[in-house]
Amino acid sequence: MIEICVAVPFFYSDLVIEQAKFVEREKDMTKNVKKNKFQTVNLLYVPMLVLFLVFVIYPLGKGIMLSMTDWDGYSQHYHMIGMKNYLKIVKDAKVITAFKNTVIYGFGSTLLQNILGLLFALFLNQKFRGRAVCRTIIYLPVMIAPLIMGYIMYFFVMFDGGALNDIRMLFGQAALDWMADGKRGVIIMTLINSLQYAGISMVIYLAGLQNISTMYYEAAELDGAGKWQQFRYVTLPLLTPAISSAVILNLIGGLKLFDVIMALTAGGPGSSTHSLSTLVHRTYFGGEMAGYASAIGMVAFVFIMIVSNLFMKYFDKKEVDA
Amino acid sequence: MKKGKSTGIWKVITAVLICIVYLSPIYILIGVAFKAKSDVSSYWKLASDFDLQNFTDAISNGHILLGIGNSIVITVCSVLAITLAGALAAYPLTRIRTKGNRLIKAFTMGIMMVPPLSILVPLYSTLIKIHGVNTYWGIIVVLVTFELPMSVFLYSNFIAAIPVALDEAAKIDGCSPIQTFLKIILPQLKPVTVSVVILTGLHCWNDYQFSLYFLQDPKYRTITLAISSFFSQTTSNLNAAAAGALLAILPVIVMFIFLQKYFIKGMVDSAIK
Repeated sequence: MIEICVAVPFFYSDLVIEQAKFVEREKDMTKNVKKNKFQTVNLLYVPMLVLFLVFVIYPLGKGIMLSMTDWDGYSQHYHMIGMKNYLKIVKDAKVITAFKNTVIYGFGSTLLQNILGLLFALFLNQKFRGRAVCRTIIYLPVMIAPLIMGYIMYFFVMFDGGALNDIRMLFGQAALDWMADGKRGVIIMTLINSLQYAGISMVIYLAGLQNISTMYYEAAELDGAGKWQQFRYVTLPLLTPAISSAVILNLIGGLKLFDVIMALTAGGPGSSTHSLSTLVHRTYFGGEMAGYASAIGMVAFVFIMIVSNLFMKYFDKKEVDA
Repeated sequence: MKKGKSTGIWKVITAVLICIVYLSPIYILIGVAFKAKSDVSSYWKLASDFDLQNFTDAISNGHILLGIGNSIVITVCSVLAITLAGALAAYPLTRIRTKGNRLIKAFTMGIMMVPPLSILVPLYSTLIKIHGVNTYWGIIVVLVTFELPMSVFLYSNFIAAIPVALDEAAKIDGCSPIQTFLKIILPQLKPVTVSVVILTGLHCWNDYQFSLYFLQDPKYRTITLAISSFFSQTTSNLNAAAAGALLAILPVIVMFIFLQKYFIKGMVDSAIK
């Protein structure tokens, strides 16, 4: 390699030829690498692959198999029942409610978290006293286990002496049993999840905002763009990579919401606040229907994979456009 | 000038309001945790005298210390395995760009998308079969598997930014690829390792779903399991449960306050390509 560089050819054409030869040789080298089947360095990722195969791929295959059985979760025997579990899912009101709730938890949190995160980031990207403290405090709840956050929020939403009802009573209103209504429960838990994790979006957006050169704003200002136009035509398009990361992260988190629900309602009242995650748990351990629980899990798998892939495709396209 | 000053004040007021909303859960938790069980005043009022009875109750009845101990063992072992396996795997996946390796990298990133809920039932039966339920290694292996893609992602982004010229120089000096990794690459991985440790460590410490499935024996209760069983079993003693919850979040909060910069850097690294 070095020799070629030292023997500088006199004529340009020679240089081209030499370069072509060099490229050829490079190609040969990579070919050799490819032909050489056994690369010792590749051994370094074998432990990881073994873990993936044993604890993700094998269970995935087994889940497909179990979803077509009537297994109860502990006995040695079970029967293949074909697609019966899947047919049951379509008609099961519990699953349909859980599915709807999962969509609300997932998309609702994503929307709220990103709007809040973006507002916080725009606000805290300005210079004023105490902004660092404010950032720290908004990010702080991210540290708290979502389960424990759920229990803390119990002190707010409880009927008898809850912190929220204390405020209501201060304004002369009657105490409200916040979680008694399933629909309201779902919205409250979406709010809790969004507020807790808005800090993540904020941090991502802050990093994104700091990457935008002030040059663009100066140019926009010269062209007579107002504050809103600057935001709409400079900030937003340039934030696309940050938006993409934040949305996908929040979406994946929201669609598998489990801990907060377990802490606050465990799916109740009735089964009106179940997400697919909590329903799988309840069906398996409470209902002893392991086959059916696997089938719900598989439906959740397909649904979440499709949704997150669609979003990733959409953002990939957007990022290219921008 | 005057206008600038007044908007400055509004900014501070807005910031204060946001902080009040965000600190209220912790404020209420502290209030409840220090209040005597007999004190039925509003949760918004702090206790008149700091009562430590709730904390002793939480420790003796709630097995909080056992939970913290178990969580420490599980988190430390998992994080060690996650960083080690992640760094090892990321090296060949970043440096040797054969078709096969590219495929494996894509596969690893795909694993990140798999929602655990969809395979928890078969995973549980798999772990029963290999006697991994109610053991430290069972939960550790599961946590490691699901956190590894994140670790590989962070490490490979970092390694990709290290100039390949360094590897080539080492090769010319007669280093085998594995020696190159150990002597040239590994020593440079310190900053990204901090991110990996913090990010995955927090996930392991706060995990509830996996622990709920795989650690049903009270002996192996993690901190989240201890808190949840404490809350569900002693509905009459919410104050002690709050004290337990406060003890559970204290370690991470204290760590966050001191290592804030690293927590936020880790988060940003993990989210942006």
